[in-house]
Parts: sequence; C-alpha cells; structure tokens
Amino acid sequence: MFNTAEELLRLCQSQKISIGRVALETEIKSSGSSESELMDKMRGILTVMRESSSAGLTGEIKSLSGLTGGNAYLMNIYSEEGITYCGKAVNKAIARAFSSSEVNSAMGRIAAAPTAGSCGILPAVIMTASEIFPTSDENILLSLFTASAIGAIIAHSATLSGAEGGCQAECGAATAMSAAAAVELAGGTPEMSLHAGAIALKCILGLVCDPVAGLVEIPCSKRNAMGAVNALSAADMALAGVISLIPFDEVVTAMAKIGKTLPCELKETAQGGLAATPTGRKIAKKILG
Amino acid sequence: MGKHFGAFDILGPVMIGPSSSHTAGAAKLGKIASQIGIGPIQKVTFQLHGSFATTGRGHGTDKALLAGVLGFTPDDERLKQSFEIAQERGIQFTFEETDLGDVHPNTVRFILEMENGTLNTLTGSSIGGSNILITELDGEEVEFTGVYPTLITRHPDRPGIITSVTAILARMKVNVAFMKVFRISRGEMSNMVLETDSLVPPEALREIEKLDYIERVILIHPVI
Repeated sequence: MFNTAEELLRLCQSQKISIGRVALETEIKSSGSSESELMDKMRGILTVMRESSSAGLTGEIKSLSGLTGGNAYLMNIYSEEGITYCGKAVNKAIARAFSSSEVNSAMGRIAAAPTAGSCGILPAVIMTASEIFPTSDENILLSLFTASAIGAIIAHSATLSGAEGGCQAECGAATAMSAAAAVELAGGTPEMSLHAGAIALKCILGLVCDPVAGLVEIPCSKRNAMGAVNALSAADMALAGVISLIPFDEVVTAMAKIGKTLPCELKETAQGGLAATPTGRKIAKKILG
Repeated sequence: MGKHFGAFDILGPVMIGPSSSHTAGAAKLGKIASQIGIGPIQKVTFQLHGSFATTGRGHGTDKALLAGVLGFTPDDERLKQSFEIAQERGIQFTFEETDLGDVHPNTVRFILEMENGTLNTLTGSSIGGSNILITELDGEEVEFTGVYPTLITRHPDRPGIITSVTAILARMKVNVAFMKVFRISRGEMSNMVLETDSLVPPEALREIEKLDYIERVILIHPVI
C-alpha cells in the first residue's frame, strides 16, 4: 500500500518493479479481485479512451450548448501538414485531447481521468506515447495503472476537484498522471516518472477553474489540449535526465495549499476569471437566459 | 484527504458527459427514482433546485434525469435522446424550477405518477463526483447512497420488527453494511433503510413482505 510518492518509489525499488505493477499489485490486495479481472476492468476504460480520443478527428463534434467543437478535426488536419512548430506527434496529441473533451461536452461517452472535465489529457498522451513507442496492450494497461497511482497520491494529499482546488487539481492531476505514464511507456524508470509528474504539476500550479457559463467547455477543452502537451514535454525532460528538485509529494502539498488559498470565485463557481469577462458574461446570458 | 484511493477511484467511471455531478449523478438519481413505484410510470415532474435549476440545461441535467427514470445507466449513450425516447414510450415529463429550502445545491425532487394511479416522491442530491444521496421518499426522511443494494421497509415504530426483518436477511446470508431507522414520531410509522453487501433474494423479499405490520417493502438496485 502507498499513499505518497516516497512510499510508492520505495515499493518499486525494493521489489524492482514498475509503478504500474506496484499499483496493480496494490489493487489486487485491496479489492480482492484477480489480476485478469482488474486488467479487464482497465481494458474497458482503455476502450472508451480509444474511442473518445479518436471520434473527433475525422468529423466535427459540436457541444450540447453549440458553443464549442470542431477543434479536434482542425488540429488533426493540421497535424498532417509538413511544417509546424510542434510537429506531428504533439499536434496529434492536441487533436486527441480536444476530441475527448468534445465528446464529453456533446454528451458522448468518456472515462473520467481523473474527472470528466479533464478527460482528454490521459487518453491523448497514452495514444500518442504508444504510437511513438509501440508496445503491447498489456503495457498500455499497466501505464494506466501508473497514471492511477499518481492520481491516488494527489487525491490522498490534495484534491482532484476543481470546486476545491481549481483547474490545477483536475487538469493538473491529469497532466501529472499522464507524464508519469508516458515516461513508463518510453522505458523510463519509476524515479523518472515521478520527476515527470512533479515537473508537469509544477507547471500548472495556481491554475484557476473559471468555466464560462459554468459549462465544461470554455476554457476546459483548450486546457485539456495544453495539459497533454505539458505532460509530453515533462516526460521528455525527465527522460533526458532533467529532475525536479522539489519532490513530487511536496509539489502535491503545494498544490493543496494553493487550492485552499484560491478564492471561491475561481473554483468552478463561474463567478471569476474568464467566466467574468464581458464576453464570458455575454455567452452565459445567452446560454442560461 | 487521508484515505487510500484505488485505481478505479481515479480512472473512471465511464460515463456520458459533460459533468460527473450534473450529468452522471443526475442519471443515477433518476435511476433510483425509477425503482420506487409499482408498475409503469405515466408522468414525472422534476423539481430542480439550486445549481440543478440554474446550470442544469447546459450540462444535460434534464436529459440525464429523465434517462435515469427511463432506466438508463450513466454510461448509456441513449442519455442524449431521453426526451424523444420518453415521448415514444408515452411517458409525460415536466421540469420546474423550485426552492427546496436548505438542501444541497444540486438537488432534485421527483414526483412520479404511476399508471395504477399512485403517486410517489423522491428527493436526492448529487453531492460531488458522481456520488448521490437520497434524503426523502414519499414525503418521509430516509438516507442512502445507491452504492449498495438498499432495502427500505415501512412499518410501525414498535419493538421486534427490526429483528424479524434482519433475521430473514441473516438466514439468507445477506450482510447488512449500513442500517438506519427513521421514525416520524414515537409509536407512529417508521422507515428502516438497510444497505446490504449482496442483493436481497426475491424469496427473502417475499418473506419480509408477509411479516406482520410491514406496510411496504422497496428494494433498490445499486447504481454505479
């Protein structure tokens, strides 16, 4: 059992196994289910992630409110163009993150990861990482267990709720989870995964939750896209040997404290930030009457 | 904070978007409401309170609530078409904005008119994530989460009745996880809510129904 990154790393090192393996073994013990049952359960989630992250690439998806949509489609076309700043893989990850977000706001089926509002980040990173570093489905499932371990540590010591901690809690957790999983899929060590998680979370600290009209659309879908890019770049940094001098557990504690300090207007109440801009208010009036 | 989280507390649920509280939680509430009456539903009125009333439509709360009443789970893609499906099935529905008083901001009260002429009500809240809490059944206080199979019995407030119900459960090897008794006032009627680890088998339900003084038994299947 682990509740902190320090405990998790100790288990990985003493048993010489990956974070994903530790998370799976822990789940076997705590749930009483078998390994194959848990892998099947995770496969159900992976299947939904595959669908949600690809649905918007080939056709435009419009949200229930009609406010947003079609960005996954645009980015997918753009990703195929020869010369871009971010390159094909990263642009494709952006397209995929948009896709799940768009499916979510169009009342389609998604897997919360860790929340519905941040559901685009992990699928985009996992699909992109496993395309760049081709691997078995079993390893992809284990990387989802890795992501879950990082999320569990954040949930234990901070929060995953935008209403409690702002966007840094939702998209922040998702980006840290994704960075750690991406490192594992690339063959990095558990230590590197935790550095990647720490770096990714550090870069989103303080981000507020200020959804226009209270809907999971503006700016959520863009933050999902940026969360995926942030995760991939943090993973690359860690794989290159860059470390986070502030350990993962301390970054998580900082996130929790920042979340408590944020005023209520900036925690999912749609009263501050982008929601309170003239345009944000105008949209809210139009949607909510 | 403090609790250990499992892998599937973090990843999942698989659900229809966009909001775990306003869509998935709403569908769960509807699914609980679909189980309280006898026979088919003819009409349902949704009294929406707080955030369910103000931001509900943009989150598909109305569609999800109705989908739940139609028996759909929170991951069912038919959530989006619930209005059309209800119309096809001849079920009438209306939504009202209401002030239900000092309750959770995401609260709904269902008024269900059954084809057999009976009227049932249920109040519940979506309390975070997609977790829900039911607080009222047919005008009387109850409390349960829908995570476990839930048995609700209505009977007079007098000694021995609780034991006779739990004795049947014990014989059928049904373990009670949580139990609460709500009496309206001393010596009057009361509701007992039993959340169990396994589903109460039909034969146990029939035995409980036959017990003296038991006025009504409702079995609610868990919604996950």
